[in-house]
Amino acid sequence: MSKHHLTTPLTEAQVRELRVGDMVTLDGVVFGIRDATLIRIFDEEQAPPADLRGGVCLHTAPNVKKAGGRYEPLSVGTTTSMRMDRFTGGLLERYGVRAVIGKGGLSGESLKQFERHGGVYLAITGGAAALETTQIEAIEAVWWEDLMPECLWQFRVRGLGPLMVAMDSHGGNLYADVKAEARRRLEEILTRLEKRA
Amino acid sequence: MATIEPKLVTQTAKELYIRALKVLPPDVKAALARAAERERHPRAREILGVMLKNVEVAETRGLLVCQDTGTPVYKLRIGRGLAYDGPALLAAIADGVKQATIEHPLRSSVCHPIDRTNPQTNTGQRIPMIDVEFVEASGYVELKMMPKGSGSENMSFLKMLTPADGLNGIKRFVLECVVNAGGMPCPPTLVGIGLGGTSDLAMKLAKEAIWRPVGSPNPDPAIAALEAELLETINGLGLGPMGLGGDTTALAVQIEYAHTHITQNPVAVTLQCWRGERAAARIYPDGRVEYGF
Repeated sequence: MSKHHLTTPLTEAQVRELRVGDMVTLDGVVFGIRDATLIRIFDEEQAPPADLRGGVCLHTAPNVKKAGGRYEPLSVGTTTSMRMDRFTGGLLERYGVRAVIGKGGLSGESLKQFERHGGVYLAITGGAAALETTQIEAIEAVWWEDLMPECLWQFRVRGLGPLMVAMDSHGGNLYADVKAEARRRLEEILTRLEKRA
Repeated sequence: MATIEPKLVTQTAKELYIRALKVLPPDVKAALARAAERERHPRAREILGVMLKNVEVAETRGLLVCQDTGTPVYKLRIGRGLAYDGPALLAAIADGVKQATIEHPLRSSVCHPIDRTNPQTNTGQRIPMIDVEFVEASGYVELKMMPKGSGSENMSFLKMLTPADGLNGIKRFVLECVVNAGGMPCPPTLVGIGLGGTSDLAMKLAKEAIWRPVGSPNPDPAIAALEAELLETINGLGLGPMGLGGDTTALAVQIEYAHTHITQNPVAVTLQCWRGERAAARIYPDGRVEYGF
């Protein structure tokens, strides 16, 4: 396990250096995306109005306040990634995204995309939005306000983390490992239950 | 007769929504702290540490614990000896949700199920969800609030088992639900289980179970023993906080039951995220409001 303090945009080489279990802290720009944002990009085929190359995407829909024509973050947290699983490949291949920050993990198919294109999944602590909000310095830009709160957001972050590399570009998948072990233990438990019955 | 004023109910409904999002119940905080002490897995300890720090940051800086403003769910419990205008009270609660959303402001997390348009008020058709109950307590109305987060709500399950599946079938289903949910409901979770009744009653009971303070066993000793057994088993699965491994997968298992049909064996499972959000208030006719959990 090693620790990395990275600044965006990220290069393929930087991302390929990351291994499951590593800890990452992030400075720079993070793009907020969610179900409706991704449906617009991929199902409605509207190219994102921001350059996402080397970018980091966070699965979020924040609480914001509009003051003096600008949005201020009130609560920026992280949502369950799996709902947006089928968009991972497109984000990496078509738009050059290098990292996805989320919670709960993505599928084996997304893992293959991380391997193929050089990408990584960074797990943040779900529900810990108060802390996450203190690491957001500003909302720098917002596109597609009609999707509020599921717009495309550009956040300036400092010290975002701790983020844990949970899926890497070498086939490492912490969620799958933990779940496989849980299933093995579950089978043992169920066998014991049936013997007792 | 002493009258409950809708205006006061609106104010209280608004305040409860914001409180539930910012301050965790003491039983949830204590359960998290105990889990952090017991946990042996270093990564899990780190995650539990982030959760505890987050709770503190939210309280000291007045921030939301989680960004999910949830689906607003209320329980209105009406005691004896009160005069009230029922429909006006229901409208008053919805007004409180709208006011909290617009004035705080809060993210509107509620949309139409087909066209997905968001009214931007956290209200809509049948939302807020309000459950009305008449209770023995006299002289006040109790209003309880849960901003039910979607990460855990999406991990709700119902199975109409058969009598032949028995208790082992129930245990198997609960454990499979927890493993399948993995890290998605933001573990360590509060596992709510509803046994018996009809399909809708089973799910309602599972929800009742997660309104109980964490670690309050069912008064029926046989049910309490099942709760303890399932908690130990679930925490032996190794899923851990956020599904990234560890000893702490659930903070509690809580069960409610109803009698059921001779052909049926319904089991409902709902998972509540580690935030365990809820708030409550007693509203008196003289205008007093006492807040709690």
